[in-house]
Amino acid sequence: MEVGQMQRRLIEYTKSLFMEGILDDQFLQLQQLQDESNPDFVVEVVSLFFQDAEKLLNDITRALDLQSVDFPKVDAHVHQLKGSSASVGAQRVKNGCIAFRNFCEEQNVDGSLRCLQQIKQEYYHVKNKLEALFRLEQQIVAAGGSVPMMELSF
Amino acid sequence: MFGKGASSSKSMEIIGSEKKFSVLIVDDDPIIRKIHGALVSKFTTEIQEVKNGKEAVDLCRSGASFDIIFIDKKMPIMNGLEATKELRAMGVNSTIVGVTSCDLSSERNDFIAAGQNQCYEKPLTIEKIKSLLSELNKNN
Repeated sequence: MEVGQMQRRLIEYTKSLFMEGILDDQFLQLQQLQDESNPDFVVEVVSLFFQDAEKLLNDITRALDLQSVDFPKVDAHVHQLKGSSASVGAQRVKNGCIAFRNFCEEQNVDGSLRCLQQIKQEYYHVKNKLEALFRLEQQIVAAGGSVPMMELSF
Repeated sequence: MFGKGASSSKSMEIIGSEKKFSVLIVDDDPIIRKIHGALVSKFTTEIQEVKNGKEAVDLCRSGASFDIIFIDKKMPIMNGLEATKELRAMGVNSTIVGVTSCDLSSERNDFIAAGQNQCYEKPLTIEKIKSLLSELNKNN
């Protein structure tokens, strides 16, 4: 595939992530911060998010598995996950965390477990999508092209 | 002090500074430190980062001074409100800007009462920083 085609494919793929609500404008903000002095900025930030999210999801899973659930602790983890997902623009994960916190406030174990399942699905979904996006970018660069910048509104 | 003008180039140069200004970023979240560090680096090169309020207080106590301190609210060891009160009691007159991932409307009074000049919801954006610098420019 020639570079121009790959670039168009990347733009369409990225657009689809926004149209489906998987990513929001915060992701574009991250891309705007990437430059020659910081060429891997987005990948580095997203990698930190992946590490953080997987640890938090494990912590939440363990906490909800206890005989007596410590809801303030669960809420603290969910709050942190909400923050880190918001930082990278992982909109569906962030929204899932907002709903989850309501169940924590109600100390609703069943609701919390359902939310956790949903958030895990959304997290792995966005992880797969972002890894595919980064692979597309790498292919463009390897072919001698440059990664096109997304507009802030489209 | 904080001039006009912004680079429109793809690789954003330092924006809007006729004079260098120093910034301290205080946050326990490495993702936020990285993002806010990159954001602030578009405006100045004088940036330091610490992980909690106590480190910020110790740094200022050791003689470091900053024009702007971006400080998270919830942090271990010493949170943003406690650190702000401590810094003000020490006589630190930096512009202190609170950042929070909670609902800002309910947090704003806490921030102002602690002695902060301004507060924003996380994450910061280029527009929020431009707006802050513009406000500081007017006040100066």
